Amino acid sequence: MTRAGMRGISRRRLLGWTGAGAALAGAGAVAGFAAGESAEAPVDPSGGVVPFRGVHQAGIVTPAQDRLHFVALDLTTTDRAAVISLLKRWTTAAERMTAGAEAAPGGAVQRNPEAPPSDTGEALGLPAAALTITFGIGGSLLDKLGIPRPPELADLPPFQGDQLDPALSGGDLCLQACANDPQVAVHAVRNLIRTGFGTTTVRWSQLGFGRTSSTSTTQQTHRNLFGFKDGTNNLKAEDTALLDEHVWVPPAQGPAWLAGGTYLVARRIRMHVETWDRTSLAEQESLTGRTKGEGAPIGQAREFDLPDLGPGSPIGADAHIRLASAQNNGGARILRRGYNFVDGSDGFGHLDAGLFFVAFMRDPHRQFVPMQSQLARQDKMMEYIEHTGSAVFAVPPGLGDGAYWGRTVLEG
Amino acid sequence: MSRRSLAASTAALAVVALSALSACTSTAPPPGGAAGGGPVQVRASDTACEVSVTEAPAGNVSFSVQNTGTKVTEFYLLGTGDRILGEVENIGPGLTRQLIVEVPQGGQYTTACKPGMVGDGIRGPFTVTGDVPGSAEGDALLAGAVSGYKRYTTSQVEALVTRTQEFVDAVERGDVEGAKQLYPVARTYWERIEPVAESFGDLDPRIDGRDDGEPGVEFTGYHRLERDLWVTGLQPDSTAMADRLMADIRELQARTAGIELTPLQLANGAKELLDEVATGKITGEEDRYSHTDLWDFRANVDGSQAAVAALRPVIDQRDPALGPVLDQRFRDIDVLLEGYRQGDGFVLYTALTEQDKQRMTQAVDALGEPVSQVAAVISA
Repeated sequence: MTRAGMRGISRRRLLGWTGAGAALAGAGAVAGFAAGESAEAPVDPSGGVVPFRGVHQAGIVTPAQDRLHFVALDLTTTDRAAVISLLKRWTTAAERMTAGAEAAPGGAVQRNPEAPPSDTGEALGLPAAALTITFGIGGSLLDKLGIPRPPELADLPPFQGDQLDPALSGGDLCLQACANDPQVAVHAVRNLIRTGFGTTTVRWSQLGFGRTSSTSTTQQTHRNLFGFKDGTNNLKAEDTALLDEHVWVPPAQGPAWLAGGTYLVARRIRMHVETWDRTSLAEQESLTGRTKGEGAPIGQAREFDLPDLGPGSPIGADAHIRLASAQNNGGARILRRGYNFVDGSDGFGHLDAGLFFVAFMRDPHRQFVPMQSQLARQDKMMEYIEHTGSAVFAVPPGLGDGAYWGRTVLEG
Repeated sequence: MSRRSLAASTAALAVVALSALSACTSTAPPPGGAAGGGPVQVRASDTACEVSVTEAPAGNVSFSVQNTGTKVTEFYLLGTGDRILGEVENIGPGLTRQLIVEVPQGGQYTTACKPGMVGDGIRGPFTVTGDVPGSAEGDALLAGAVSGYKRYTTSQVEALVTRTQEFVDAVERGDVEGAKQLYPVARTYWERIEPVAESFGDLDPRIDGRDDGEPGVEFTGYHRLERDLWVTGLQPDSTAMADRLMADIRELQARTAGIELTPLQLANGAKELLDEVATGKITGEEDRYSHTDLWDFRANVDGSQAAVAALRPVIDQRDPALGPVLDQRFRDIDVLLEGYRQGDGFVLYTALTEQDKQRMTQAVDALGEPVSQVAAVISA
């Protein structure tokens, strides 16, 4: 989408916006259904609008935006009607905000001056910035509401070296806001949190910058805080057959409410960048299994050259890319969509920095768990990292016209 | 106390509210109780609240409340959402107090005695029949809200004066333990009406200022005595400080008598009281020496609920969905807070776990959002 397309729906113009959203959403939904899984076409990375409705939720194979604000929330009630009411209000506000509008019509400044504004206002005048808001459901929510947990949503087992902080783990619900402007992502999450008071409460929240994965062949591979390209071998939006095989839950897998959806695994990975930075280039490359400059597998010339993992390979047995490779994990692959973070400093003179790992897959226990237990036990890189947060969510399929987040699971 | 100069606007915004006020009283029938005449007799013991008649015609209803128990008690006539139509506070054992309540609209009401001034009290139904003509009109409802809340403020200030005098007397006697017991009790009445008290910008820092170490600012009032009692021991000037506090509280009473309030100030006051809880009480900043923050928390919520409840008939008329949400959220916070009761008081702030504080924050967030909508509803 070009700047011209964006101009019609900038937040500036949408003060008092009402009917346009429905029309816009309708168009997005129609296009989504007609075009099937290629619905999420590349958008103008600077400010375009990503359709909110479609076969799959946006924010999964959508070309990864530059910024993230992720929040996990807990229910403060087990009243299903209250939860449904919130999810309807969330859906309306989220759809508006992804179109570049305020959370509610005239929300920031055009209502009763004696009332607190219904939109917090910090995104006034900003474009949509390719904002996507992806909604997920934790197993604990299903437990609380008496809905059976799909086996794929079982809690992750502990992994060697985990230093998980309960205050940074789990959650009944999650909202992943991605945008090309951090202010737009924060605005979206903040307004949804506010809408949730009385029904939900924030469990933990994570900001991210500098996407570490490309999810489209149109994107360059970004680098993580170790300075390496991250996600070279990621699944891409264009690989629709691979996405069907590894990411989207097929109807036969069940449950019915998750067909066309996926699972999200989030891990907050603290990276001890200070010690890493004292490590020789040769050692860094050997631990990773790739060259630092080009990102090519050791022994190859170009980033996208296939790594040689056979006998006599120059890539070490405990190199990160070998342990994480599909070959080493029974062919299992995942769609990664992580972000770097620096959450200030740790009080000991070090940055509290790392990678907020987000990945989408059909079955965390068949795809993520074997991969992570290999990495946890053998990856030499573990000396430089520790996992401090962990969560798994079921991400329902995209919404058709008039549908709201979670309807199929809550209304059966 | 809040660091922001909170409702310094109270006086500025004050508009003499609503001539309907006087109309209400002039059209009301002369004070009478039950149909048979004479006040409704209430016998309030430690365990019972016996009301001689439970029905009266709309207009002014008189109650005669006798405390037959051993604890200080309170008596209330409540409407929907615990709107206080009338109350007598601080009735000592053996005393009898008179109360005349203006009830212009018929309907179901509730009587409540609160022995020990704790919790929801011992409640019973009370029916009012008929209507005073014109009493359901918007202006009349707003005027009723203001006069009802004004009554609440007046009664709270009366109790504040009495209990602070007891506190001050204990300090001046050198009775440290007695003063410590009375400190959170006296403050309860202050915290219930804090936005009104804070509207007098000069009095608030004298009465409720904290020691922030700012050069040139004298540390006086409740918190100064709190420090003396809990940390440093009584000082040579503690008595003088106690006298000053009492003088300031009496000045507050005199000034409150002349205060004019608007419905909007009630609504904003209700919100500010919850802001106080969120920023001062849950953080343990308010009573940093005594750690009696939960008394203040309880009192702030009481005061917020009283202001919202005074406005309730207007809220119900203009946004019928809001009242039940407010009821539920106030109930949630009641249930939560009562879980921290210890005798007639509360556990100390230092006994709270992080999880306790989290729950409290969540409950206040959940309540704060709908309360913040009240101003818009009544000014729409």
